[in-house]
Amino acid sequence: MTEPIVKVKNLSMHFGQASGFFSGPQRLVKAVDNVNLEVFEGETLGLVGESGCGKSTLGRSILQLCKPTTGTVQYRGTDLVKLEGKALRKMRNRFQMIYQDPYASLNPRMKIADIIGEPMYIHQLHPRSEIRSEVEKILKMVGLARDFADRYPHEFSGGQRQRIGIARALAAQPDFIVADEPISALDVSIQAQIINLMRNLQQQLKLTYLFIAHDLAVVRHISDRMAVMYLGKVMELTDSNTIYEDPLHPYTQSLLAAIPIPDPEKEREREANRVLLDGEVPSPENPPEGCAFCTRCPRKREVFETKKIDCSTKAPTFAEAKPGHWTACHLYT
Amino acid sequence: MGEALLEVENLHVHFPTPDGVVQAVNGISYSLGKKEILAIVGESGSGKSVGVLSLLRLIPARDCKVQGSVNFEGQNLLKLSDPEMRELRGNRIAMVFQDPMTSLNPVLRIGDQIQESVIEHQGISEKIAKSRAIELLELVGIPEAGKRYRHYPHQFSGGMRQRIMIAAGLACEPSILIADEPTTALDVTIQAQIIDLVKKLRREIGMSVIWITHDLGIVAGLADRVAVMYAGKIVEFAPVDQLFKTPQHPYSRGLLNSLPRLDARSEKPLEAIEGLPPNLINYPASCPFLERCSYQTEQCQIPPEMRSITTTHEVCCHHTEKL
Ligand SMILES: Nc1ncnc2c1ncn2[C@@H]1O[C@H](COP(=O)(O)OP(=O)(O)O)[C@@H](O)[C@H]1O
Ligand SMILES: Nc1ncnc2c1ncn2[C@@H]1O[C@H](COP(=O)(O)OP(=O)(O)O)[C@@H](O)[C@H]1O
Ligand code: SF4
Ligand SMILES: [Mg+2]
Ligand SMILES: [Mg+2]
Repeated sequence: MTEPIVKVKNLSMHFGQASGFFSGPQRLVKAVDNVNLEVFEGETLGLVGESGCGKSTLGRSILQLCKPTTGTVQYRGTDLVKLEGKALRKMRNRFQMIYQDPYASLNPRMKIADIIGEPMYIHQLHPRSEIRSEVEKILKMVGLARDFADRYPHEFSGGQRQRIGIARALAAQPDFIVADEPISALDVSIQAQIINLMRNLQQQLKLTYLFIAHDLAVVRHISDRMAVMYLGKVMELTDSNTIYEDPLHPYTQSLLAAIPIPDPEKEREREANRVLLDGEVPSPENPPEGCAFCTRCPRKREVFETKKIDCSTKAPTFAEAKPGHWTACHLYT
Repeated sequence: MGEALLEVENLHVHFPTPDGVVQAVNGISYSLGKKEILAIVGESGSGKSVGVLSLLRLIPARDCKVQGSVNFEGQNLLKLSDPEMRELRGNRIAMVFQDPMTSLNPVLRIGDQIQESVIEHQGISEKIAKSRAIELLELVGIPEAGKRYRHYPHQFSGGMRQRIMIAAGLACEPSILIADEPTTALDVTIQAQIIDLVKKLRREIGMSVIWITHDLGIVAGLADRVAVMYAGKIVEFAPVDQLFKTPQHPYSRGLLNSLPRLDARSEKPLEAIEGLPPNLINYPASCPFLERCSYQTEQCQIPPEMRSITTTHEVCCHHTEKL
C-alpha cells in the first residue's frame, strides 16, 4: 500500500465549555470523539453516517478550519494542529474543501474568474498576468465553457455551481481534498455527472479524497475504503466492498439494511428478513456511557450472554478485527 | 388493480408570472386503485408537488391556471366549492409534507391538535376523541403516547414529528394519504421506520397512498405502480417490476443507469444524463427530453403522445422500440 498522506490520531472536537464552578449542568457536545484513521495517497476514503454524527466536524478539524480539542493531524509528517498563523496559511493551499452548497460558499458579487483566480493569487501560484489563462484551463478541466469566467454564480444551475466549487478548490493546487456532501443537494442525473468528474480529476491530478456523504451507494461507488461514524466516533473502517459484503459492526449492519436498493425483487427479499433499528440517535450532549450505539444495538444482549460484558457501561476500543478491517464493538474483542 | 378510487385526467397547472407562463404540469393522467401505493418519481422542478397540491386545490387560485378533471367518489374535485373542498381535505384525503413543522401548530400541544381534527371530522365527545388521539399516536409508534400527548411539536425529533403528522392525517380515517417527500429530510434508519409504518397502515386500514419521491430505492421497496415525471409530464407509467426491469422511456432508463448501486460495485463511470431539464417558461415545442436524449430523430420535433405498450405499461416516446 502507498504511504498515508494524512494520519489522524486520537482526534477530538468538543464544542461548548465544560461546566465551571457556577455554571449549570455541563453542555458539552462531543462532535468528534477520539477518532483514529489514515488516508493513503491517491485513495478516496469515504466517510458516512447519519446527520449530526460529526462528519463535517471531522473534515473541518482535519483541515484546521476548527482547532481540535485534542489529538494530532499529520499531513505528510507535519502535525497541522500545532501549526499556527503564517506557517499554517503557507500550507493551506495543499488541502482544500468542497462544500455541499456551492451557492452559499460562492461570493455572489464576484465573477467566476475572480472566485477561481483568488486562491492562485493569494498563494502566488502563478504570475498575475497568467491567472486568467490558468482560470480558463481549470474551467475546461471541470467541463465549463471559457466564457463562464465573466459571469456571476447566480447565473448557474446547481450542478454547474458545484463544478465552480470544484474549480476553486483545484485552483489552489491541492493534493488532499475534503469533499463535504458535494452531491447531496443535486438531482440524481446531475449527481452522476459530478461523481464522474471527481473521479476523472482524481486520476488526472493524483488527488487524495476524503469524501463525506450520507448516501452509502454513492460512497461505495467512489471510495476505496469507507469509515462509518456514529455519535462522534468511527465505528468501522475497511475497504468499500468489505463494508457491504461483510459488515462487522451492528450499526453498519443496521444502516445497510435500512438503505433501499433500486430493485423491487431484491427489496422484497430484503424486507422478509429486515431488522429495523428502533429508536433514534441519542443527543450528542448526553451520549451513552458505554458503547455509543448501545441504546439501539440489537446485539448487545448477545455480547452480555457470550462475553459477560455490559455494553451500556463499558466502551469498546477501536481495533483491527481482521486484517485491514477495524471496528469498535465488543463482539470482536 | 381493482376499480379506481381517484382518477386524474389531463391535468394542467400553469403559473402566469411577470417573466412568462411557468408550465409546471402539462397534461398528466393517472388513476389510483383501492389500497394501492402509487409512487410519483422525478427530479426537483418536474411538477410532482404542484401536481398533487392542485388536486386538493392547495395552490391559491389567483396564482395559477388549472385545467383537467380529478374524479374522486363521483365528484370532480376541481369543481367543488371551497367549503366542500375543505370538508374533503383532511377528511377523505390527508396530506403529509416534507417539513412537518409547516403544518403543525408550534404553540399547541400535539395531542390537542390531533384531538381537534378527530372532533371536527367525527363529531364525537372530547373524552372519546382524546383516547382516539392517544390510540393514533400509539399506532404511528410514538412511545409513551399517553405522556407525550401533552408535549409541543418542538419537543419531538424530525422523525417523530413526521409520525405525528401522519397520526393527524389518519384522525379522520382518510381513504387516500398523499405524502410529498415525507422522508427526504430524515436519516435512513428513521426513513425505514416511516416507510414500514405506511406499509402497515395500508395493510391494516386499507388506505391508498400517493408517495412522491426522487429516490428510486424507496420506489422499488414501496410502490405498486410508478409514474415517472419529467418537465411536468408523466413520461412513463408502469407496475414497479416492469419499470425497473424494462424501463421504456430514455429518461427512466437514464435515471436507472445513473444510480450508483449499493449492492454492486462497478469500476465503470456512471452513465450520467448530460444537460439540464428544459426551462418551463420557454417550454419546448418538441419532446421535452429531446435535448438530452440519445435516441432522438427528426420525428421527435413533434411531442410524442402517451401510448400503451402493454395493458399496464404506458410510455411517452416515439422510439420505445429502440430501447
Ligand atoms: N460550531 C459548533 N458549535 C456547537 N456545536 C456544533 C458546532 N458544529 C457542529 N456542532 C454539533 O456537532 C455535532 C456534529 O455535527 P456535524 O459535524 O455537522 O455532523 P454531520 O456533518 O455528520 O451532520 C452536531 O451535534 C452539531 O450540532
Ligand atoms: N407559485 C408558483 N409560481 C410560479 N412557479 C411555480 C410556483 N410553484 C411552483 N412553481 C414552479 O413549478 C415547477 C414545478 O414545481 P414542483 O411541483 O414544486 O416540482 P417538484 O415537486 O417536482 O420538485 C417548478 O419549476 C417551480 O418553480
Ligand atoms: S421522444 Fe425522442 S427525444 Fe423524446 S425521449 Fe423518446 S427518443 Fe428521446
Ligand atoms: Mg455535515
Ligand atoms: Mg416537491
